[in-house]
Amino acid sequence: MKSFWLAAGLAVACITLPSYSVAATPEKPECVAPAKPGGGFDLTCRILQTGFLEAKTLETPMQVTFLPGGIGAVAYNLFNTTRTDDPNAVVAFSSGSLLNVATGKYGEWTEKDVRWIATAGTDYGAVIVKADSPYKDLKSLMDALKADPTSVIIGAGGSVGSQDWMKAALLMKAVGADPKKMRYVPFDGGGESIAALLGGNIGVYTGDIAEMAAHLSAGTMRVLAVMHSERLPAPFDQVPTAKEQGYDVQWAIIRGYYMGKKTSDEAYNAWVDLFKKSYESDAFNKVVKDKGLFELKLSGKEMEDYVMQDVAKLRTLATEMGLIEAKK
Amino acid sequence: MDVILSGLGQGFAVALQPFNLLLVFVGCFLGTLIGALPGIGPINGIAILLPIAYSLNFPPESALILLAGIYYGAEYGGRISSILLNVPGDAGAVMTALDGSPMAKRGEAGRALSLSGIVSFVGGAFALVLMTLFAPLLAAFAVKFSPADYVALMVFAFTSLAALVGKSAVKTLLAALLGFMIASIGVDANTGVMRFTFGSPDLMAGIDFLVIVIGLFGIAELLHLVESHARGTLKTLKVDKTFTSWADLMAVKWVMLRSSLIGFIVGVLPGTGASVASAVSYGVEKRLAGESGKNFGHGDIRGLAAPETANNAAAGGAMVPMLTLGIPGSGTTAILLGALLLFNVTPGPLMFEQKPEIAWGLIASMYIGNVALLLINLPLVGFFARLLTVPQQYLTPMIALLAFIGVYSVVGNPFDLYVAIGLGVLGWILRKLDFSLAPVILGVVLGNVFEDNLRRALSMSGGDWSILLQSTNSWLLYGLTFLVLVLPLIIAYRKRKAQLISV
Repeated sequence: MKSFWLAAGLAVACITLPSYSVAATPEKPECVAPAKPGGGFDLTCRILQTGFLEAKTLETPMQVTFLPGGIGAVAYNLFNTTRTDDPNAVVAFSSGSLLNVATGKYGEWTEKDVRWIATAGTDYGAVIVKADSPYKDLKSLMDALKADPTSVIIGAGGSVGSQDWMKAALLMKAVGADPKKMRYVPFDGGGESIAALLGGNIGVYTGDIAEMAAHLSAGTMRVLAVMHSERLPAPFDQVPTAKEQGYDVQWAIIRGYYMGKKTSDEAYNAWVDLFKKSYESDAFNKVVKDKGLFELKLSGKEMEDYVMQDVAKLRTLATEMGLIEAKK
Repeated sequence: MDVILSGLGQGFAVALQPFNLLLVFVGCFLGTLIGALPGIGPINGIAILLPIAYSLNFPPESALILLAGIYYGAEYGGRISSILLNVPGDAGAVMTALDGSPMAKRGEAGRALSLSGIVSFVGGAFALVLMTLFAPLLAAFAVKFSPADYVALMVFAFTSLAALVGKSAVKTLLAALLGFMIASIGVDANTGVMRFTFGSPDLMAGIDFLVIVIGLFGIAELLHLVESHARGTLKTLKVDKTFTSWADLMAVKWVMLRSSLIGFIVGVLPGTGASVASAVSYGVEKRLAGESGKNFGHGDIRGLAAPETANNAAAGGAMVPMLTLGIPGSGTTAILLGALLLFNVTPGPLMFEQKPEIAWGLIASMYIGNVALLLINLPLVGFFARLLTVPQQYLTPMIALLAFIGVYSVVGNPFDLYVAIGLGVLGWILRKLDFSLAPVILGVVLGNVFEDNLRRALSMSGGDWSILLQSTNSWLLYGLTFLVLVLPLIIAYRKRKAQLISV
């Protein structure tokens, strides 16, 4: 019990001790999860917290703080207004954040207004049906969508225009159907969507492959396709890709970190180096895998390039699908 | 049945190990405190303790026992500040304040606290027994519940609440409408369009429910206290040594049964939780009370017992889909699910076969935890009731402090403090105008569920409204709605007739 209180005390001390130090190496490393505790951003930060500790690349324990609001918009704003040069803090982001940047949901700030550091890993979109669904493979589903886009009820955990909707819209686009004709039902997160799928209220769930790990062995659901170009490692090696079934529909959900635009190159490079070192460590990679992510190691320049390309691609997609008006 | 009994036996063998037993008590005690502090709810509590439990290398079943203890302990503790301070301790305890607080004000804080403690136990225990016996069946029912059925459930809830509190029906409606409007702030869940955000990113995710509760109830109460203090109309209460009686318990025995059932079912459904459960059960009891329901809102023990039984039953119910299907039924169970995955335990049907010591150990620990909560809470009643004898000039700043810490801890965004103050002033003005604040809160809670599901149902049907009348569940709920509307009239009519005859 003593150790419990000690740990609790330490945790409180970590949160309350102020830090004003400005130095090259992150002295008071902090990961900001731009959401409430318990969600995907929390997980992204926990990967750093445990990953760096287990890989022994960072001696100081990292603190995780929460800054919810506007699906990441509040954090994006804060790091563009007050904490633009904070060398100690990184903020977690996902492909969903990039989509929001692309569609202008983060207001005036664009992808050029923060410095993208590195990725934690990635997840991939998945097309999921109930075990007794008439759709046995992706082709039968796609044929049905092609014949009548309104014949299938698709549901997922995000609103119209979110990345979950985007996955479904890409399926529609692949068979030449208008995404706006889709019967799409938004739920509050993956849990409710899975419930709706199991209860037969929706026919298809466009979710993520990693969350299926827990359900694959239960045999209650079938993954028709993973939205990636290659097959994934076990236990997902039995799941066919969309590409091998003749539909080039890909969707990666990357998870990573950014920091303020005005941070010094020194501070930025210190973080990048930290990631590069950790990527080499088996312990770090194990943490990434345990938290349900697949390996994706991008940092520094590579990372910046990836984000720029991705946001540009998303902007084109969003314009095509009528989510934003064509500009410029 | 044999499977259940042997499973439970195995579970108790795990839960009764001295270390786990200790953790049950620690979890329940911390949970009670976390619940009692306004704003710091079970979600934050578990999120803070999860990494600690993990880094201390607890075995998975022990860690879960601790975290689950915090979860249902918080549901138990939420009533304390609702009753004593008229500031709900957590989202499920909003309705508890309606009758709990007036009881405390007339010097019956001890009675309210002890009675609500015992009914919480009953609700929790009822949910546990049902969960042990019927979990797989219930889970199957829960996932079948369609968006259209949620709409029917909300219609039922609104109908039972229509007669809620307040002197004027128009004011009640207006207040509920206000709640609806507050609920619609933020990104629209269906289309992703911003509503009422005025370009502010702080409003994009909407106003957190807890901020609304603390603002409308807590801050408004503070302003009221300060005002009464300035006027000198405030009197410090004597130490009250009241305690609930057997007669009280007998008077609410049917209330407890009905509310346990309502709370449990609403809790099992993935889209609704303790706040909806307590609201529905309160409304139903008020309706069924007929003429004698006039006292609801002025310290009626039935109005205290109904929501407090229901929210604890709902907390148990929410564990059902999580354990049996691996689907979280609420924000807190989502975190518990995350905890399971962190310990490499896969929840779902296979958990009971692969890791029975965890599944059954957790269930058995909840039996022990429920008793532990009763043992922890009842002796503390006197201590808590004594809080009210603290002179107002000390108590008021203390409430303010707790309320602001609560608001800030939800999100850590100073913007919410201003929102809470703004809502507090609004609440205070509404009170001056003789509005009741409960319908506003209910508008927020039920409005969200209603709108989301109505639009989901219509997206499913492609805009065809007949989807609302297609399932047995929906018909059943509309039938109940009709009964709740008509029964009080029939009872009143028969009473009048009986009186006429006897005259």
